[in-house]
Amino acid sequence: MDPVFIAQLLVLGFTFFMLLNSAAVSVYLERKVAGDLQQRFGPNRTGPYGTLQPVADIVKLLFKEELRPKAADAVLFGLAPVLSVTAAFAAFAVVPWGGATTFFGLLPEPIKLQAADVNVAVLVIFAVTSMGVYGIVLAGWSSNSKYSLLGALRSSAQMISYELSYGLALASVLLLGNSLSLTDVVNAQAGTWFGVIPKWFVVFQPLGFVIFMIAGIAETNRAPFDFPEAEQELVAGYHTEYSSFSFACFFLAEYVNMVTVSAVATTLFLGGWHGPFLPEWLGWVWWLIKVFALLYFYIWMRWTLPRYRYDQLMHFGWKVLLPTAVVNLLVTAAAVLYWS
Amino acid sequence: MDLVLFYVFAAVTVVASLLVIGQRNPMYSVLLLIGSFLGLSGLYVLLDSPFAAVTQIIVYAGAIMVLFLFVVMLLNAPREDPPLRTTLPVSIGGRPLRVGAILGLLFLAEMAWAVWRVPARAIGGDAQTVDTVSSVRQIGVELFTTHAFAFEVTSVLILVAMVGAVVLAKRNL
Repeated sequence: MDPVFIAQLLVLGFTFFMLLNSAAVSVYLERKVAGDLQQRFGPNRTGPYGTLQPVADIVKLLFKEELRPKAADAVLFGLAPVLSVTAAFAAFAVVPWGGATTFFGLLPEPIKLQAADVNVAVLVIFAVTSMGVYGIVLAGWSSNSKYSLLGALRSSAQMISYELSYGLALASVLLLGNSLSLTDVVNAQAGTWFGVIPKWFVVFQPLGFVIFMIAGIAETNRAPFDFPEAEQELVAGYHTEYSSFSFACFFLAEYVNMVTVSAVATTLFLGGWHGPFLPEWLGWVWWLIKVFALLYFYIWMRWTLPRYRYDQLMHFGWKVLLPTAVVNLLVTAAAVLYWS
Repeated sequence: MDLVLFYVFAAVTVVASLLVIGQRNPMYSVLLLIGSFLGLSGLYVLLDSPFAAVTQIIVYAGAIMVLFLFVVMLLNAPREDPPLRTTLPVSIGGRPLRVGAILGLLFLAEMAWAVWRVPARAIGGDAQTVDTVSSVRQIGVELFTTHAFAFEVTSVLILVAMVGAVVLAKRNL
């Protein structure tokens, strides 16, 4: 068989495996950071510094009893967690996590360190994330419980509202990168000015970056926008009736979505795998550092800010964030037109 | 390989579309319609037009169908009313059904006319035309030069629909 093809398959498998692991690492990170922010230790019983805590969590979830309410719609109740997890993983497929490499001359031609290089990658991410809402909506509806249904309704309204700003922030970066392919966008950010300031798009688009991160947090239903699962009002929101492995699927999807939003933000605004000091083949180290810095930011936000009120969320999404994103896009387009 | 994929996607599209109208539960109808859109976007990919495929998913499967689901969930109508069928042989449905049937026939005729017209152009077109369609830049240029009028008219149409919806929903502004 063609060695390049096999290598590409291995990269695909590796990406999938590491994405799965990144969810476990994020759960550990979340617990530890939460512990720090609340001045307690966090998990420290399982393994050194509690590093085996994610394993214990997973084992606990898998050995619980799988329950299904009698009045639930059996087909959709089973389908919903699968949809959630599939959408979460599929979005990551087009994100590059390193430059093209031949693995030190092992391969006749360089391969790309990503699952699939699509020439409309940015739109693919947007399309797949917009499919993620179905998992939540179907979970809420099929459970036949009012808490779940309210959670699902809130979630779909929230995701539709913030998707627009998310898309507009993406579009303003595309104007600068002049391409829909993520590899091209990353390569457009290589190099520095005066040897100090990196040519990352966040320098041109500070507002775009802020809009993207806020909309990203809302899209992934994390605090302070975690209305679909507001505990005080909705028990656990859309996954109230789920247990065991199907609950684990929603849990996994949430963390994988966080990783994906962080990875896309890194790729679009923070220069992807480009960075100083390290040689080209170690670019993935920079990529990892940036992604985990953003993940830390995510967790930091969650344990610092209280939840908004629902009308505040809608007000902010439609009357503040969306107009800002439109103006940002217009100004960017005018600037690109003027200087090119 | 392409041929096999074509039959798979085509089968998904056709079967899902047929099942949409065969469902009693509107929730399942919406989901099957999404399945049909996904099959359609697969066909676009096979036609070397990834842009059309992705927009199909973003606009229809991702945005419009979420609103459909929203409405179905809010109305909380798990099942369609069956009595329509029992009155059917007596009066052949009544006025709404007759209007619907006429519109349906009209649409069928239009589709037949469109399908009958297309092959003369599509089969005659060479590989170059297919290639240009896949380029996003080309689509943009075409949309804002050749088809600029249609584009603007569509935007006015959508604006009118939006204003209409607001007026209907909020009678005393």
